[in-house]
Amino acid sequence: MDIRPIFSTLRRHKITSLLLVLEIALTCAIVCNAVFLISQRLQRTEMVSGVAEHELVQIHVANIGKPADARARAQEDLALLRRIPGVTAAALLNQVPFTNSSSNTGIKLDPTQKLHTLSATMYMGEGVIDTLGARLVAGRDFNADEYMDFDAMRSDPDLQSKVGSVVITQALGERLWPGESALGKNIYLGETSVRVIGVVQSLIRPSLFRGDDSAQWTMVFPLRMSAASATRYVLRTAPGQRESVMAAAGKVLRENDPRRIILDTKTLDDIRSHFFQNDRAMAGILVGVIIALLVVTALGIVGLASFWVAQRRRTIGVRRALGATRRNILHYFQTENFLLATIGIVLGMVLAYGINLFLMAHYELPRLPAVYFPVGAVALWVIGQLAVLGPALRAAAVPPVVATRSV
Amino acid sequence: MFAYYLDLALRSLRRNKALTALMVLAIALGIGASMTTLTVLHVLSGDPLPGRSGSLYYPQMDPRDMDGYKPQDDPPEQVTWIDGMALLHAKRARYQALMTGGAVPIQPANSAIDPFFEDARYTSADFFPMFDVPFLFGHGWNAADDGASAHVVVLSRKLNDKLFGGKDSTGQMLRVDDMAFRIVGVLDSWRPTPHFYDLYTGSYSSEEGVFVPLTTATDMKFTHNGSNDCWGKGQSDNMKTATCTWLQLWVQLDTPAEAAAYRKFLLNYSSEQKALGRFQRPPNVRLPDVMGWLDYNKVVPSDVHLQVWLAFGFLLVCLVNTVGLMLAKFLRRSGELGIRRALGASRRSLFAQLLTEAGVVGLVGGSGGLLLALLGLWLVRRQPSDYAALAYLDLPMLLATFAAAVVATLLAGLLPAWRACLIPPALQLKSN
Repeated sequence: MDIRPIFSTLRRHKITSLLLVLEIALTCAIVCNAVFLISQRLQRTEMVSGVAEHELVQIHVANIGKPADARARAQEDLALLRRIPGVTAAALLNQVPFTNSSSNTGIKLDPTQKLHTLSATMYMGEGVIDTLGARLVAGRDFNADEYMDFDAMRSDPDLQSKVGSVVITQALGERLWPGESALGKNIYLGETSVRVIGVVQSLIRPSLFRGDDSAQWTMVFPLRMSAASATRYVLRTAPGQRESVMAAAGKVLRENDPRRIILDTKTLDDIRSHFFQNDRAMAGILVGVIIALLVVTALGIVGLASFWVAQRRRTIGVRRALGATRRNILHYFQTENFLLATIGIVLGMVLAYGINLFLMAHYELPRLPAVYFPVGAVALWVIGQLAVLGPALRAAAVPPVVATRSV
Repeated sequence: MFAYYLDLALRSLRRNKALTALMVLAIALGIGASMTTLTVLHVLSGDPLPGRSGSLYYPQMDPRDMDGYKPQDDPPEQVTWIDGMALLHAKRARYQALMTGGAVPIQPANSAIDPFFEDARYTSADFFPMFDVPFLFGHGWNAADDGASAHVVVLSRKLNDKLFGGKDSTGQMLRVDDMAFRIVGVLDSWRPTPHFYDLYTGSYSSEEGVFVPLTTATDMKFTHNGSNDCWGKGQSDNMKTATCTWLQLWVQLDTPAEAAAYRKFLLNYSSEQKALGRFQRPPNVRLPDVMGWLDYNKVVPSDVHLQVWLAFGFLLVCLVNTVGLMLAKFLRRSGELGIRRALGASRRSLFAQLLTEAGVVGLVGGSGGLLLALLGLWLVRRQPSDYAALAYLDLPMLLATFAAAVVATLLAGLLPAWRACLIPPALQLKSN
């Protein structure tokens, strides 16, 4: 098809065509970036935790007054919890994945270092790795005789140096000693050194307040918590028995100490879903914006195309009278739209890149991968063709006899 | 004349209903989205204590050792017990209050209510007069209560409603963490937004249910919520001597001269402590006011900014769309405009007529936008974030919605109206 007549027509409607191109370009640029943002958010909600999420339950308790004999109380609680049918493991932890409270500390690779190498989170409690279901990839879990009492250590800081071992994540090992095995290496916490005896595949940091890049900088210490120093009981359950375990566990804990307040009992799936709810909400908003943008742009194209068709009725009639088929007229308007959309899309790509640079500077977003450019292009081409179809069909329906009538 | 233009505008708009509806819809969508996000931004970046925030300051200093020292570092965001108490007792400001957040178990006398945990603020006597906290019953405690670690408590209105059915409970006793506390006051509803005095317990969290003297809470080892930044020997069971910053200090300084004097006092205090060997770093003090402190902490979530940009991008597309449609519409009426020109209408009056038409679209679009903004804010309130409940349209934002819609549409109408006015009168007559 000869596109020269299209260009000469468009040249006569310079401003209107320009506006349409601009609208398509803006829409295309925003859609590219919005789709990218959505994928970023959804990807974040898929973050690997390294724990057996579907099998875990957290019971968060609080004490009234200081519990008498807190160490024995914790052991009693755990023994009772383990007796509940369906419980395969139980532990009392200082922190739990996807909750907003965490213990963190600066670590060094050399005690003479002036600055900390990085800040990592600390899981404490007897049986953390087993109960959470983290997967050991090297070394071993703690032996029973390695565990020390957290309360004793807190009241006597000299005991800190006796905590000799630590289990870390693969990601932390790779960050501290790139390319080397972390096993047997030493980490310094202040003056104290601990030796890496095991490596787990992954174990997520509870609140990701230092950013997602450090989400896997995790250490596990062989420390036994008491009912005074930790308030989060974690139960691992057999498949299908999570609900009954949850109901029984609250009852057991309350019966063992009626002066205790159960703050909440939740599955780790629920805790996780709550943790990422803002990301899902934002993704939802972005989807809404994309739909609204495409609808507005489509309606704009319908409006302008209808105008052009009405304006050119006489010309169309003349062309029909001179032998143009309906198909010719239909193709004419479709091609016109395709040309405008293409110019808009090219401009939109440049704009999309610019918007991405702005977002990178202000919102710590990565660079827009090239795969997202075709997404915007295809969306706009399709929307353009769909929108112009109605007016173009109306144009094709103009009978040749119009040419003989004066307006 | 305006009435005539209005009549012409309405006639013209009625003539092409689908197109008018399209323009109104585009404006309404764009304005609705923009005003929804702007209202959220407006609420979240508001002044928590209008009129008072300019004279409230947040002293910061650097008590850390040389471990990890970098000269360009900011001082810690909180203070230690020793420094906080020293500044509190120095009384160099009109008011000063030291505080931190926590949670305490409440054991209601009414056995129908199970014991529960309530968010608490551990603070000192000046908290109430300095932040101008409204009281429903009673009053705050005094400095003597602070000094004596008195077992006194102030309740929020909400908690008083829950425990005492809204009756005046002052003078009664309340069991908190197994100890009896005397209720001295009940607050009226009070929710400064943002929760500026302690951003660690949530930037937009609602007010605490109980207020207890900080000295009492520390002696009783009540649960502390918030951030605890330690160095050196660090964490220990005794928070009074621990080398940790965990308290927020606020002071009221009524004039810039007082603020300058206080800053000097902070510098002197830091140098003195360094000479004593307690501080090791060079004096590094800050004294931001409320808005400065909120800016420094970037309290408005970056997602909210992103949503505003997104909405403006959307509005821009809607406006470009409207410009295009209006241009097509006006040019389509070249004949009519040409006749008016030929009959003696000046370009100026033609321009005014066309802009009136644009203005009408803007007004109707603005009303639609307002409805959409109300719908949008209702959707925001159903979101999970902790600021969701605050998203309401106030009068300034309501007026701004209409103003924005009309201005935006008039701007969008400028180009089409100008283009349409260029039509030479004679030519149009001839061609018909």
